[in-house]
Amino acid sequence: MTATRDNFGRPIVVVTGMGVVTSLGAGKEDNWAKLTAGESGIRTITRFPIDGMKTTMAGTIDFVPVEPFSSTDLSEKLGELVTEEAIAQANIGSKGDFPGPLFLAVAPVEVEWPQRQVLAKAAGANSDINYDTLLRVAGGGKFVQYHRRFLFGSVADHLADTFGTKGSPISLSTACASGATAIQLGVEAIRRGEADAALCVATDGSVNPEALIRFSLLSALSTHNDPPQKAVRPFAKNRDGFVMAEGAGALVLESLEAATARGAKILGIVAGCGELADSFHRTRSSPDGKPIIGCVNNALVDAGLTSDQIDYINAHGTGTPENDKMEYLGISSVFGERAKEIPVSSNKSMVGHTLSAAGAVEAVFSLLTLEHQRIPPTINYDVPDPAIPFDVVPNTARDARVTAVMSNSFGFGGQNASLILTGEPV
Amino acid sequence: MAETRPMTSEPVEAWITGIGLATSLGEGPDAHWNALNNKRINVDETGFAPNIVHPLAPVSYDAQIPKKGDQRQMEAWQRIGTYAAGLALDSAGVKGNKDILSRMDMIVAAGGGERDLAVDSGILNSEGYGAASPGLLNEKLLNDLRPTLFLAQLSNLLAGNIAIVHGVTGSSRTFMGEEAAGVDAARIALARIASGQSDIALIGAAHNGERKDLLLLYEFDDFNLKNKFETVWAREANSGFALGSAGAFLVIESRAHAEARGAKPLARLKSVVADQARRKTPGEVTTSLQKLWSQLGARSDAAIITGATGAEPVTSEERTFLKDHADVAIRGTGTLFGHTLETQFPLGLGLAALAISRGAMFPPNDSTGLEIEKSGKPTQIVVIGAGHWRGEGMALVEAI
Repeated sequence: MTATRDNFGRPIVVVTGMGVVTSLGAGKEDNWAKLTAGESGIRTITRFPIDGMKTTMAGTIDFVPVEPFSSTDLSEKLGELVTEEAIAQANIGSKGDFPGPLFLAVAPVEVEWPQRQVLAKAAGANSDINYDTLLRVAGGGKFVQYHRRFLFGSVADHLADTFGTKGSPISLSTACASGATAIQLGVEAIRRGEADAALCVATDGSVNPEALIRFSLLSALSTHNDPPQKAVRPFAKNRDGFVMAEGAGALVLESLEAATARGAKILGIVAGCGELADSFHRTRSSPDGKPIIGCVNNALVDAGLTSDQIDYINAHGTGTPENDKMEYLGISSVFGERAKEIPVSSNKSMVGHTLSAAGAVEAVFSLLTLEHQRIPPTINYDVPDPAIPFDVVPNTARDARVTAVMSNSFGFGGQNASLILTGEPV
Repeated sequence: MAETRPMTSEPVEAWITGIGLATSLGEGPDAHWNALNNKRINVDETGFAPNIVHPLAPVSYDAQIPKKGDQRQMEAWQRIGTYAAGLALDSAGVKGNKDILSRMDMIVAAGGGERDLAVDSGILNSEGYGAASPGLLNEKLLNDLRPTLFLAQLSNLLAGNIAIVHGVTGSSRTFMGEEAAGVDAARIALARIASGQSDIALIGAAHNGERKDLLLLYEFDDFNLKNKFETVWAREANSGFALGSAGAFLVIESRAHAEARGAKPLARLKSVVADQARRKTPGEVTTSLQKLWSQLGARSDAAIITGATGAEPVTSEERTFLKDHADVAIRGTGTLFGHTLETQFPLGLGLAALAISRGAMFPPNDSTGLEIEKSGKPTQIVVIGAGHWRGEGMALVEAI
């Protein structure tokens, strides 16, 4: 086998371009500086009234204007921003002509309140408004743009058109593992030899009143509103939930062979992907941790690595009591005693939970960790939880030798996905 | 998992070994075969008037979703899908087989769940032209939204419910994006099996067409078929689609895997291809379909089951493409089942596998003459899905 294939004979998949935007800022440089400085992007929500809300903060992205606001419009803009950054870095194809398919992780789409209110006004009544009223005014061509906007495929459609990706673009959701799944789909397509390059994007602009309330009603969100920067406390004893956040990440994946042939700079390798679904409960992990353990093991097997070759874990680390406990159970079952020594940090302590985007945002951060040989911290770690004896890289970034990173993503609906990223082919 | 095997050079042969259908025409293969051969169509012209829908035929959910608690946690679309997925697993003979289910891949094509229409209406009324106090939306949502409704709406929770109820856990991926999502679910599952990345997969989708919030989305561009039902080829004067309720799932597996467990194939899934024309100039869909046909590897006498929607201009563009196939059996599922968006393509695959396994094509149901009688055993059926707005796909289903 030539050096462009892995030990299983499959094409080695490399990263040649990355883009990221979070509540910390736009672009890799800004994000990395703030991430390693331990800054938080969580702030009190100003986008809409927070009257009556139990949770009043989020990692919103307010520096990307969207008027009138819809989460789908913001998701699209964020997706566009990170894709531009990733393609510029990869310097692949030509403008509007990306030579491969698009895999897009995106939040589920539906008509939102501002649009519903516009319709209600158009109905001209202020009582007895129901869906029949809305249906009567919806047709006739005045609201054609709402059809385009609120199709589930609309963000992918726009990105495919703008960047000229090839074939049928895939929009996907595996809840909070979506970003990792988008990358996995790209890796698989390249390994099958269907494509030399793939564009994997994950985006989420979900902070709107109803989304916040939906998560709040499931008791999933932190209510440490004051100060907001201290809200996300992954692995700490006083953690009380996750904080919703917006963001996007993009990766240009290529086969090592294709990337080398065109002289592209290799930013890292996607060495392995693992997944395994959990059938225990809609929002809770199986108490025995088996699905998480299986997912992590699948990623290791897929990468052809053993756990002792992993030297940093980019945790899912949402800061919910349940997730962090289960993540420790899963990791410690696979890593044994090493679970207490290996650095395990949560980017979400700073950028919040970017939901559909998290897997890709954190993959970008994992690759930057490999590049800079520096591990971003878990901030707000003031009260250790004795039940979770991870080395969480508390509060301050740390220089370290990092050759292989495991990045975990777990989501509602029993979704588990893990990626293994390395600096060099394994 | 299977992923770590060396890549195979020859594509692995994939069989359809199970189908699960629950639609406006009933549930299961026999009910569908009888309804199709009796040219039965089930439309409701009054419940959502002036819009027409194809309502789900009565289903005994207990048979596939034994726990009432599970049923209560789901919206209709999830119940329909979880039910149809169970039928497919039964049909393939893998229901309850933990060894297989724990490594079975799952790709579901999904939209989202129904909103609480009463809550929405209540908010819009209390807002009175949107002039209400700033916190009113928050207050109403906080008080009136059912906490579990979110999970009943989330796209990936159909897959989640299938995992919980039926124990399919090898993987769980949800594709979104209307009609194309159904095509891509089949395409990716087949690609994984053909390349040795996977041995067995459950794919499919579910759609509840009896929903005013969905009618609203399609009303924005006047896509809803109104007032009078016509077959899908006879809607040029009154174009559009009638939303349909349906769940359609298939079990696809490698031939070797099926043979090792003694499973009988219904049909072979030979290839699935997809593309997305920009549709900026007339004729792009016709060209896209012609290109896909050339990639598919079908014989020119292959029969066709199409999910043509009845919406324009895409249906006319597809009709132009079909003129090159005027002497084969063409069947439009939009006439028979309505338009079921993500589900239309898996439904077409299920009907193709059914027709091949029964050794006959079901009769035409069309007043325009586009669908013609054809006797004899179909050995190849091409399933076509051209989305009402975006996405074109094709699959080749063969007799074994």
